[in-house]
Amino acid sequence: MSGRTIAEKILQNHSVKKGEPVKAGDILFCTVDFLMSHDATAPMAIKAFENMGGTKIFDPSKMVLILDHATPAPYERIANLQSMMRSFAKEQNIKFIEGGEGVCHQIVVEQGFLKPGELVLGTDSHTCTYGALGVFATGVGSTDMAAAMYTGKSWFKVPETIKVTLKGSLRRGCSAKDVILKTAGVIGADGANYRSIEFYGEWIDSASLSDRLTLANMVVEMGAKCGFPCSPDLGVCADDDAQYLMNVEIDLDALSPMVARPHAVDDVCSVSEVNDVVIHQAFLGSCTNGRIEDLREAAKILKGKKIADGVRLIIAPASRQVMLKAMEEGVLQSLIEAGGAVFTPGCGVCVGTHGGVPADGEVVLSSSNRNFKGRMGNNKALIYLASPATIAASVLKGRITDPRELEEYR
Amino acid sequence: MKLQGHAVKYGDNISTDLIIAGKHTKTLNVRDLADHAMEDLDPAFGRRISGGGILAAGSYFGCGSSREQAPVALKEAGVLFIAAKTFSRIFYRNAVNIGLPVVECDTDAISDDDILEYDVGAEVLRNITQKKELAVTPLPEIMVEILKEGGVVPYIRKYGGF
Repeated sequence: MSGRTIAEKILQNHSVKKGEPVKAGDILFCTVDFLMSHDATAPMAIKAFENMGGTKIFDPSKMVLILDHATPAPYERIANLQSMMRSFAKEQNIKFIEGGEGVCHQIVVEQGFLKPGELVLGTDSHTCTYGALGVFATGVGSTDMAAAMYTGKSWFKVPETIKVTLKGSLRRGCSAKDVILKTAGVIGADGANYRSIEFYGEWIDSASLSDRLTLANMVVEMGAKCGFPCSPDLGVCADDDAQYLMNVEIDLDALSPMVARPHAVDDVCSVSEVNDVVIHQAFLGSCTNGRIEDLREAAKILKGKKIADGVRLIIAPASRQVMLKAMEEGVLQSLIEAGGAVFTPGCGVCVGTHGGVPADGEVVLSSSNRNFKGRMGNNKALIYLASPATIAASVLKGRITDPRELEEYR
Repeated sequence: MKLQGHAVKYGDNISTDLIIAGKHTKTLNVRDLADHAMEDLDPAFGRRISGGGILAAGSYFGCGSSREQAPVALKEAGVLFIAAKTFSRIFYRNAVNIGLPVVECDTDAISDDDILEYDVGAEVLRNITQKKELAVTPLPEIMVEILKEGGVVPYIRKYGGF
């Protein structure tokens, strides 16, 4: 029998039928280690849980409920749904994270809820972010969450795995975001649908946790169920003779700063190909690029300068911890002095549910992960995705700008 | 469980943001969800799908967010089932979980207003108008069982778990 991928190993270890060999394509019933749900999806999960006869969740210590999609509540309907979540968490003795603490995925990582090798479900497609911690984590809907809350189990189709080898090292001005946008361009928005992705390469081995989170965060933009930046310290590894569906190689030495054009994440090109595009709004934040490392990168470029006339810069730190650190370091001060407007840590701007909605025909440059039509709350706006450095350079010039155009990057 | 209705045809890569925008998802009132289904793509969707419509689409239907409000909005708007060349993983599962059948087949052989017929779990979808039988990618057994019960909620109520 051939070796196993990370996805095959973790699912096999959690299968209720012990000891049976597992291969891609098998359907397994597995026990889950941890559940995460937030205010956009938890109310529906709680309702489904009650409708299926649930009274007590299988293990309250294995779940967290987080308010992050529209906080502080913008109107009464949302306030009441959030209130329902507070009551449910209290009744069930489930960990509860109040609005303002930050984006769910950042909180789960910061709080250290997870360990390598675990199997985790979240009612958010970017739950795959925890792959950076060696966790098989995947997004599900509210009813799957309800069933897992009730039974402690779920069913899984074991995914095939794509192996992505990142060769060489990153040039100045490039970041993890440019790597994952390039990868999305190569694999395609549905190229990893139902699949797992394992990333390898020297750059991964030395990349920061923040960079690895950015990579794992966006595997779902290629349709992937889960993804793993495979460094030796990931805490879980594939067998040497594991079977891969396909191998993809990306040459980092040849990479330049990238953008994804509206309205598809895989419509990518070099920043230089779109550097005449005038922008109206920029967003720095999200589970993809709202960490302290991202804010520092932008502040390095914006410190002591002013953003261009006609451009709005919105910043939503990924968490309270990130925001406090950014304050301590003077990073937030630099961003605000340059003209940035700071929003409560959370998801609202990225997902068009709270704050920062663009007007008809406006161009937005965003550090988030999605540029679907209508994503930020207006289907007549145009969203480009880019790295924090590209965003900072672009708000200075008022048009999409390669950070290497700036003196300090030459 | 034989389902028959008229096709309403759309293209490729229809995201959950287009099926229902994030700003409309914060409610437990499923009628509110249905009122906004597909509105950014086709303001006439509600009228076209009513009276037992079947949503036919191209590749990668339902990509993006894990919001279950997307299949719920479609089901409540009157969609009997969805036929597409391929589906995004999370949407596919969510649709089955709420009892909305999904059929993977070559939808190039379906035009607007064709009368389609599908029996949940069957190997073919019948295009009655064009007198064609379209091969359907088989569903895993667990999904057929869930659909036959009308979704995961009734399934678990009946069996007490998986």
